[in-house]
Amino acid sequence: MGLAYALQQLINGITLGMIYGLIAVGYTMVYGIIGMINFAHGDVFMIGAFLSLIALSGLASLGITAVPLALAITLVFAASLAALYGWTIERVAYRPLRGSFRLAPLISAIGMSITLQNFAQVSQGARVKPLAPLLPGGLVLTRAGGFAVQLSWMQIAIAVTTVFCLGVFTWLVTRTPLGRAMRACEQDLKMAGLLGIDTDRTIGVTFVIGAALAAIAGLLFLLYYGAIDFYIGFVAGVKAFTAAVLGGIGSLPGAVLGGLLIGLIETFWSAYFSVQYKDVAAFSILAITLVFLPTGLLGRVDVEKV
Amino acid sequence: MTKTLRLAGMVLLPFAVAAVPAKAQIQIASAGPLTGSNATFGAQMKEGAEQAVADINAHGGVLGKQLVLTEGDDACDPKQAVSIANQLADKGIVFVDGHFCSSSSIPASKVYLEQGVLQISPASTNPAFTDNGGWNTFRVCGRDDQQGEVAGEYIAAHFKGQHIAILHDNTAYGKGLADETKKFMNKAGVEETLYTAYVPGERDYSALVSRLKAADINVIYLGGYQTEAGLIIRQAKEQGMKVTLISGDALVTSEFWQITGATGEGTMMTFASDPRKRPTAASVVKEFQAKKIDPEGYVLYSYAAVQIWAEAAQKAGTTDPKKVAAELKAGGPWESVLGPIGFDAKGDVTKPDYVFYIWHDGSYHEM
Repeated sequence: MGLAYALQQLINGITLGMIYGLIAVGYTMVYGIIGMINFAHGDVFMIGAFLSLIALSGLASLGITAVPLALAITLVFAASLAALYGWTIERVAYRPLRGSFRLAPLISAIGMSITLQNFAQVSQGARVKPLAPLLPGGLVLTRAGGFAVQLSWMQIAIAVTTVFCLGVFTWLVTRTPLGRAMRACEQDLKMAGLLGIDTDRTIGVTFVIGAALAAIAGLLFLLYYGAIDFYIGFVAGVKAFTAAVLGGIGSLPGAVLGGLLIGLIETFWSAYFSVQYKDVAAFSILAITLVFLPTGLLGRVDVEKV
Repeated sequence: MTKTLRLAGMVLLPFAVAAVPAKAQIQIASAGPLTGSNATFGAQMKEGAEQAVADINAHGGVLGKQLVLTEGDDACDPKQAVSIANQLADKGIVFVDGHFCSSSSIPASKVYLEQGVLQISPASTNPAFTDNGGWNTFRVCGRDDQQGEVAGEYIAAHFKGQHIAILHDNTAYGKGLADETKKFMNKAGVEETLYTAYVPGERDYSALVSRLKAADINVIYLGGYQTEAGLIIRQAKEQGMKVTLISGDALVTSEFWQITGATGEGTMMTFASDPRKRPTAASVVKEFQAKKIDPEGYVLYSYAAVQIWAEAAQKAGTTDPKKVAAELKAGGPWESVLGPIGFDAKGDVTKPDYVFYIWHDGSYHEM
């Protein structure tokens, strides 16, 4: 019973953590390259969830109800439109401020976040938008007494999608010319520019990839929980940002690790202690970690070269 | 100084003139959200009040005087409610049929108390409205905690010996509902297995659900709103739980089913029985239908508020708000479209009319 219960909570925590991780990658990537926290990233996730809902209801009204086909089309639609959002945000709100004082893009990011939230609120309404379960049911892994450990199809789908996306993304960063350019920009933006890398384009692409991943997280969120509103980007964004900081901001594996940890801490705290204090627990662990490891779990210490 | 005074006098003079009502008329008001996201409910209240005033005036008015109805729009915004309340009081209104949202009714009632205006709300169910109200606050709808009585006794009678969990979202509405249900359930000799709060506004309740599963829960009583209730039952069924959800009137909206889909089947909630079906409402319902108005929701509650006030004023022989308020509590039960209604010392109805509804295949009906 005790072990089965822990296993069930482990499944719950990993599922939640994977969604956080997918969003956290976008925070950490942008920070790695231009040293800025893109506060609008959580709202791109929210936009992605709305785009997915629009696509799904559009497809349903066109009569395309075969679940795998509808999901594939929705995924491509939401990811590409959200990518467009990501590119536009960078072009409109951040690029004109590059080279300005440090806080300017940060304030611009907060403004962009509020703009996106209000845009969704006004255009989609303030009420919760629901989606009935598309992939109900699941597997019973094991039974202990009366307790059945359940792994739902949706949880499997989230795990598979997340691992696949992160795999493709890692390949992109480590094995392609684009990835090399991104890593070069991350090491030294000015030097990369001097060596002939189109830094503006590389930064733009970084935003595009981050937004596409956030939109995929938005689709998974919509399918798994089935209720979205204009405010989900804020809550999820704060958690994902925390995950990125916990893992070591700027580090890609760190973002995923941080996401999983935040998800697991929240879940296990709710499982064995008070449900109400789970956020307090998650943030306390973050604070303690940062006291002992100021750069996060996998973060690098910046060596100041004189 | 004198110049300022004179100026102030000039500015205030038109208001003073406007505030004097015509002699042979009685000024009353209907206040509610005529704009904003709750505007449908405001419109229902207005329709009910208008019809009641027309019917009373057709039968000779109150104390031989005709009633004149003024409308106030609070948009369910507490600040606007206070300013509307001040405007209405300045006009010399003796009775307000309103407001809709508890968050508007409560601050407005403080203004009415200061200005000596009687208030009967057709829809505000938060206990604080009358608990912290003055002599002037009444309502013709039930209270959130009266739902708890009905729910608690039902659970005790039908689910004895099962594992029961009580959840709430720590809001005034949700916790109030959960605690009252627990109180009446315990009084009937049934103890819950688990009592815990959850955080509203979240999406992931899987940890909580696994906890319920580990405690082998078959019945959840939830004090909270439709979104969280929908998510919790959906995630519970996805984790393979066989469980019945019971909750309050917040679940009487199609939003609940849209989230749960088929997993919401069999969910039960307490809600007022449909007033349109009561025999006392038959003739008034016909009048509305002749005007092509469906007296749904709060239309008849609003009608009853005006009707009961008029009866009490007639019996008291005055429209003085304090005397009418005393008469409302002492006299009665009052005949209304909702059936006979009496008030306790706080201004709440003595017999709440909550019944159980059940979700089945995408719609809900009375059990």
